[in-house]
Amino acid sequence: MTAAAAPALRVRGLKKSFKDLQVLRGVDFEVARGGIFALLGSNGAGKTTVVRILSTLLAADAGTAEVTGIDVRTRAAEARAAISLTGQFAAVDEILTGRENLLLVAKLRHVDDPGAIADGLLDRFSLSAAAGRRVATYSGGMRRRLDIAMSLIGEPSVVFLDEPTTGLDPESRLEVWSSIRALAAQGTTVLLTTQYLEEAEQLADRIAILHEGRIIVDGTLAELKRLLPPAKVEYIEKQPTLEDVFFAIVGTRHDAAATNEGDAREGGRR
Amino acid sequence: MSIHFIGDTAVLTGRSLRHISRSLDTIVTTAVMPIGFLLLFVFVFGSAIDTGSASGSYVDYLLPGILLITIATGISYTAYRLFQDLQGGIFERFSSMPIARSSVLWAHVLTSLVANLISVAVVVLVALLIGFRSGAGVLAWLAVVGILLLFTLALTWIAVIAGLSAKSVDGASSFSYPLIFLPFISSAFVPTAGMPGPVRVFAENQPVTSIVNAIRSLLAQQPVGADIWVALAWCVGILVVAYVFAMIAYRKRIA
Repeated sequence: MTAAAAPALRVRGLKKSFKDLQVLRGVDFEVARGGIFALLGSNGAGKTTVVRILSTLLAADAGTAEVTGIDVRTRAAEARAAISLTGQFAAVDEILTGRENLLLVAKLRHVDDPGAIADGLLDRFSLSAAAGRRVATYSGGMRRRLDIAMSLIGEPSVVFLDEPTTGLDPESRLEVWSSIRALAAQGTTVLLTTQYLEEAEQLADRIAILHEGRIIVDGTLAELKRLLPPAKVEYIEKQPTLEDVFFAIVGTRHDAAATNEGDAREGGRR
Repeated sequence: MSIHFIGDTAVLTGRSLRHISRSLDTIVTTAVMPIGFLLLFVFVFGSAIDTGSASGSYVDYLLPGILLITIATGISYTAYRLFQDLQGGIFERFSSMPIARSSVLWAHVLTSLVANLISVAVVVLVALLIGFRSGAGVLAWLAVVGILLLFTLALTWIAVIAGLSAKSVDGASSFSYPLIFLPFISSAFVPTAGMPGPVRVFAENQPVTSIVNAIRSLLAQQPVGADIWVALAWCVGILVVAYVFAMIAYRKRIA
């Protein structure tokens, strides 16, 4: 199969144990190019292990994993050129400024004109006003956006986002969601791991559920819903959710583009 | 090894050098304790110590050992910075990028060489202020710098092992304490001749003594004799062993 026709991701019979603990017991899935694929699972289901194997950081015990037709084990260097990883913790350099972080990755990816690329991304992710500030002063949402922006440099075919909104406040979560949608809109394949069902429902074109080391279902949201008995019609009083209340009190829901960068909220999870 | 190795290493070294220039306190704190020892020994204990050398003041005798203590202190920051990279996830980001993987470690090692050289220069400056003098020529000074760089390189790879395998920040930096105190049981502060049997055997056969003696002879324009070869052998030996274990620790972290 030629690289052009190969799916974005193909995982076959992936197994991994840590000492006596069997984390992956034969994981199979395939992701077509473009769109957002969510890997859903509770803590410890093995989502991060799958992402680490796909991003060449960890060797599987058995099975194969391919990124755009490139085996991550035998052709690791080529695979790395095709992917980008945004790990569980925002992998940004706190001592450097936002712009310097982007420049660093741009230089390491050997792109032409790193400065222009950095400025373009700062603008796109609404970080221009904070570009010259050290990342240590950023809020959690701003860090995540910078983190995702760094992953886009060099135009990787596949981006892995490992629990991108864990630990973020509701407002930052919405900002990150809009960043992820923007990412998919330009044709990048996104593999997203999450433990939040709502996040998968909001973002993903396809959802796979990883449970006890295996993929137990895999399909579109509509397909997954069909697995359950047909919906009953019930009439219930619509109560506002706590989220509705939260946004009603603190102000309007605004997406990332409108966020005021100057207000550095108490940020970061570390 | 990728053709990008040199370019990638340069970019990453630039990054960690920027860390240092933005937290100059690491250079200062590296130099503070050795300077403290320098002042304490020169002005308090020094008058009671007979180095047996006819010429030169006690500060001339003491400085080489103090420089080694400076380096042993300085490398703990390398372990610390490496540990922070691993904790923060930026190490994994670099490792999943199409760059020469070894450049991630080499950048920290080169930064360690630069940072320690600056700290050593600060300590030498203080020594000059309190009366250190040497008539050594350019070649002898270059030889001293060369030995110090080789010593830094060897200890830095030990720091890399600590940084890669530590479980906590404290673990990453406390490994250097034994290294800092090794010079006390050597010819760095007092001649080994006056030490009791087993202590003397240890002092005369551990790496610090030969390195200190070689540097001291170079600065005093004395013949270095066999000391310099023993010193170089120790440095290269430590370097090779530490490098091998650092690579093993690296493979444990990243497949």
